[in-house]
Amino acid sequence: MLAIGLGHYLTVAAVLFTLGLFGIFLNRKNVIIILMSIELMLLSVNVNLVAFSTHMQNLVGQVFAMFVLTVAAAEAAVGLAILVVYHRNRGSIEVDDINMMKG
Amino acid sequence: MEAAVVFLPLLGAAIAGLLGRYIGDKGAYWLTCTLLVASALISWGLFYDIALMGNIRVVDIGSWMRVGDFDVAWALRMDQLTAVMLMVVTTVSAVVHVYSIGYMHHDPSIPRFFSYLSLFTFFMLILVTSDNLIQLFLGWEGVGLCSYLLIGFWYDRPSANAAAIKAFIVNRIGDFGFALGIFATFVLFDSIRFEEIFAAVPGQAAATFDFLGAEFPAITLICLLLFVGAMGKSAQLFLHTWLPDAMEGPTPVSALIHAATMVTAGVFMVCRLSPIFEYSETALAVVTIVGAATAFFAATVGLTQNDIKRVIAYSTCSQLGYMFFAAGVSAYSAAMFHLTTHAFFKALLFLGAGAVIHAMSDEQDMRKMGGIRTLIPVTYLFMWAGTFALMGVGLPIPGLSIGFAGFYSKDIVLEAAYGAHSAVGQFAFWAGILAAFMTAFYSCRLMFMTFHGNPRCDETTLAHVHESPKVMMLPLVVLVLGSLFAGAIGYNVFVGAGMADFWGESLLVLEGHDSIEAAHHVPAWVKGMPVAMAAGGFALAWLMYIGRPGMADRWARAFRPLYLLSYNKWYFDELYDRLFVRPAFIIGRGLWQSGDGAIIDGVGPDGIAAATQNLSRRASALQSGYVYHYAFAMLIGVVLFITGYIYVQAG
Repeated sequence: MLAIGLGHYLTVAAVLFTLGLFGIFLNRKNVIIILMSIELMLLSVNVNLVAFSTHMQNLVGQVFAMFVLTVAAAEAAVGLAILVVYHRNRGSIEVDDINMMKG
Repeated sequence: MEAAVVFLPLLGAAIAGLLGRYIGDKGAYWLTCTLLVASALISWGLFYDIALMGNIRVVDIGSWMRVGDFDVAWALRMDQLTAVMLMVVTTVSAVVHVYSIGYMHHDPSIPRFFSYLSLFTFFMLILVTSDNLIQLFLGWEGVGLCSYLLIGFWYDRPSANAAAIKAFIVNRIGDFGFALGIFATFVLFDSIRFEEIFAAVPGQAAATFDFLGAEFPAITLICLLLFVGAMGKSAQLFLHTWLPDAMEGPTPVSALIHAATMVTAGVFMVCRLSPIFEYSETALAVVTIVGAATAFFAATVGLTQNDIKRVIAYSTCSQLGYMFFAAGVSAYSAAMFHLTTHAFFKALLFLGAGAVIHAMSDEQDMRKMGGIRTLIPVTYLFMWAGTFALMGVGLPIPGLSIGFAGFYSKDIVLEAAYGAHSAVGQFAFWAGILAAFMTAFYSCRLMFMTFHGNPRCDETTLAHVHESPKVMMLPLVVLVLGSLFAGAIGYNVFVGAGMADFWGESLLVLEGHDSIEAAHHVPAWVKGMPVAMAAGGFALAWLMYIGRPGMADRWARAFRPLYLLSYNKWYFDELYDRLFVRPAFIIGRGLWQSGDGAIIDGVGPDGIAAATQNLSRRASALQSGYVYHYAFAMLIGVVLFITGYIYVQAG
């Protein structure tokens, strides 16, 4: 019977983080997917925090995870609000169209 | 009082120049003319006080600069030489100012004209009153600047601009020599004050300068360098080319600057520095030769010119040559005498020519004039007064000499040259005699071509010929009186028995150089020669232009090479063009295109700019504007930082 240890949690978190990262890079369609990918990366960090908290018998990590969740929720709200306004103004939220900062 | 003479014109110039648009044309000329006339009246008073009463003095105004031993003060040196120049300059300037009211009547920028004219007068007065070489140089450069501004007064004419630049550049060559002369003076005497220099000259007569391993006699070197400056300003041979071209300026300017005052600054300077020049035989000989050569050369050119102003310009050049060779044979007083009389009759000729040009609807070519003497009889009479004064018409009967102004001054100059009893003096005498003949010829030729014969202008111009307004004619009366009587009045005090008392210590003539004294004892034929030459020139001109009208053309064909040489001014302009102007253009073009364009711009500003632009174009290509590119860059950065951190920790 394989015991699920810290390493497994960290592996899952790393996989999630990498998925989120590639979600940002490879996504060419939609800004919402970028937001989702960022959420994914935050969650993977949360998994790390909770795993270490358990492993080290320290509650600070879990408290921190709660804060991250709150901030992530707020961030998602703000991000989506920005997207709505952006769509209203530009008529599109395609990633390839968003390059006003091109030098 | 002394300061008022000098600074009233400056006040006029400043107000007319800076506030011209507020006080208007009328305000500008009334103001400058009033101030100038006031200045002239005061300077007549000063002339009486200084030259006749003998109250010479130096008026200190203030300190200019003091650097170690080098101490320059603003000071007005009021001695006899200055008094004569003050009188001449302010009188002619006042006359020209008033005349200009009429002459420049239609011009759109009258305040500017009068401002320049007054500014010129101010600088000329600074020049003649200076107590040291630096202040002299300031005035010297100032009159050069005003000359430039006034030659180029009609700046919309390309020829006027070219003439202005030419005058400025040729004068720079002379001024370069002048500046070197001042430096050398300071090196030798440790002072630039006239008093101190003059006191120290006898002790330094044998001093030498070491230069490039060779030894040069210091005094001679200084004199020659200073004389180069005088040659430039006074349009002597080799540096004369600017003066005829300067006739592009308005005619009053030609009368004031390029005949009566500025161009005589060189003569004045040599006279002022007579205590230095006296100690260098070589320098005096050079002055004599250059002066005599110029007198002869300019007279030959004057024979064939067709522009009325150019004839008078070459005549000026020639008369300046007379003054210089007079100074060269130590007859400084004769030089100053001729300078004074010349200022009157040459200004008269120029202003008369201006009246003719005015009457002929701005025509200057004598070939298109003729037959207008009955239409403008007053101008005609005035011009004859000036011409006779220039020719030196008079009766050289011993004890009962009587004649026009030039008769006295030119004769004493020639007699002094003869009386010097030196080889250069003889050369100057014969060159002067020949020049006198030619002077008479071209002056009369000018008169005959302009006023006699049949009219050669078109109908409309002829119908317009009219006597100039009173404001132009009345000032001429002053000059006419000067041309008639200045010689007779001045003869005794300038060069006659009263000479020693009059000049006092302002002119120095060493023992054995006393050519003026010798001039009074020359043979009778020497005294009669100039008048005979004048008569001969008159007769020949009458014969060629009135007696037998076709004769001039026949002679021109018969002596074609000589005619062309004279007509083309001895090809000096062409020669200088080949020798200096075009090489300068080629060098300039080369330096501009390869030196400045390719190297300095290419490597310097343009090169750096191009490199910066190139770099920034590449840098800006990094900014794609896509969020994920930035995220990727951040990630790479984080990875690099962590890798580095771990590497350092592990290492």
